[in-house]
Amino acid sequence: MRYSALRVIKEALTGHKGWEPVWRSPEPKKHYDVIIVGGGGHGLATAHYLANQYGINNVAVLEKGWIGGGNVGRNTTIIRSNYLLPENEPFYEYSMKLWEGLEQDTNYNSMVSQRGILNLYHSDGQRDAFVRRGNGMLMAGSDAEILDQDGVRELYPFLDFENARFPIKGGLLHKRGGTVRHDAVAWGYARGADSKGVDIIQNCEVTGFDIKDGVCTGVKTTKGDIGANKIAVCVAGSSSRVMAQAGMNLPIESQVLQAFVTEGLKPVLPGVVTFGAGHFYVSQSDKGGLVFGGDLDGYNSYAQRGNLPVVEDVCEGGIAIMPAIGRVKLLRSWGGIMDMSMDGSPFIDRTHIKGLYFNGGWCYGGFKATPASGMCYAHLLATDTPHEFAKGFKLDRFRRGGMIDEKGVGAQPNLH
Amino acid sequence: MIINHPLLGPRDAAEFVYLGDASLMNRPEWKGEEASDEQTEKTLDAYHDYLYIRENKAGEHKELWYHEQGDRSWLIVTRNTITHGISKVELARDIAVANQAKGESKK
Ligand SMILES: Cc1cc2nc3c(=O)[nH]c(=O)nc-3n(C[C@H](O)[C@H](O)[C@H](O)COP(=O)(O)OP(=O)(O)OC[C@H]3O[C@@H](n4cnc5c(N)ncnc54)[C@H](O)[C@@H]3O)c2cc1C
Repeated sequence: MRYSALRVIKEALTGHKGWEPVWRSPEPKKHYDVIIVGGGGHGLATAHYLANQYGINNVAVLEKGWIGGGNVGRNTTIIRSNYLLPENEPFYEYSMKLWEGLEQDTNYNSMVSQRGILNLYHSDGQRDAFVRRGNGMLMAGSDAEILDQDGVRELYPFLDFENARFPIKGGLLHKRGGTVRHDAVAWGYARGADSKGVDIIQNCEVTGFDIKDGVCTGVKTTKGDIGANKIAVCVAGSSSRVMAQAGMNLPIESQVLQAFVTEGLKPVLPGVVTFGAGHFYVSQSDKGGLVFGGDLDGYNSYAQRGNLPVVEDVCEGGIAIMPAIGRVKLLRSWGGIMDMSMDGSPFIDRTHIKGLYFNGGWCYGGFKATPASGMCYAHLLATDTPHEFAKGFKLDRFRRGGMIDEKGVGAQPNLH
Repeated sequence: MIINHPLLGPRDAAEFVYLGDASLMNRPEWKGEEASDEQTEKTLDAYHDYLYIRENKAGEHKELWYHEQGDRSWLIVTRNTITHGISKVELARDIAVANQAKGESKK
């Protein structure tokens, strides 16, 4: 069933009786060409592009809970193409272009909203670093604009410009950045994949791999054994747990990141703003809540909840740039498990086990990567060669000295 | 989280800096001056694993915390990464000394 304005009118007039479930709930078959482990944004995008771009539709997505219940439904929904390094920025720019066409591609309203991202700077050194980053972005075909203080004032007059400790001197504006309705991304991709015959199987946890003589031929699940020619793992925060079942240790630590939302307000914040002197980023959802977050809690964790020091730190960051929100009530906070890699950059690669593929290490920035990650992973699965924009995302890059360390902080995951 | 410091008693985890898996204390031996190509490769592999590969366990995890806002000691904290419950706190120094003694007696 295609969604359209006409369809909405027709359904409105006929009592909304014609809507169908957005995807089927099939029982798993005995064997597939490709099994995707993990029904998050990346797994579902991979299935969508495998079926729609690469003509491979004998595919199952196995999800241990419900689709959209992982990080894809927990993040602060920011999309941007403002990375610096040549291994990263073309990939994220490609992702941005895919976001721009996503809703047409999946025929689903994912509420892609390019409302602009402004990274504030507070010192001359920071401005220079942003000029460099902006040039890197322009070179990869993205957009970037340096604003001085007056430029920022025009967009966000209510920020605390004269803050004694961290006066706002200007910002790096990335106009095509913005937000997307996160779980609608999972649902849209699920619909796109399902409509081409992909089986989306929920409540189906992968508990082991069938590996013999270095070849992986299937998975063990809570719904029985399922065979496949290729098995594509894509489980974000659970990466180490799942790959340990294949006997692999990864260059990844799992850590918790929290997010927060306030009570609904009238429209106050047109775009996304980030603080340059502490860690705080904020946008306003269409329901009116301010959605914001900050640093990782900073220790290994598989608990989807964090601790209070980060709550305090993030709120302090918010008050430092937007004193106006001082009386706003916090409605909810939650946590998600991040697959923090050793250089802060991801992996889309084959493993040393034939037939077993790995996608992970997205840290706290994998939502924006969802379309490109799906496309590049689908490309790898279909052709067994890396996609041109994902060539750097290899598992052995540390051994070869090919780290992609945007922040330059070394193998310390809680600092990326 | 509250870390029960062996010398100072219960302290807020916010006073500490987190480094990571306690296996970071077990730095591999560097290769000798005359190492063969094969030995060099082996050493580099060992260093790669030491620096970049983590077990990243769900459950009981031994990890290094540095009491930066306190007495500047390094602690080995045994903490459950699923519940955040802390079951044991030791001075890293004690463990290092004990390990050294074990190594010496082997020689
Ligand atoms: C608080 C927070 C804020 C964030 N903010 C942003 C942001 O603003 N911008 C941005 O770009 N990124 C952000 N991120 C990061 C982003 O959400 C993740 O990097 C990204 O969603 C990870 O990919 P995914 O969607 O595939 O993961 P997930 O949705 O977590 O998918 C993984 C799936 O695998 C399943 N799974 C695990 N183990 C098994 C198993 N054994 N068998 C079967 N299935 C299994 C899980 O149930 C889960 O559904 C944020 C994350 C958090 C937590």
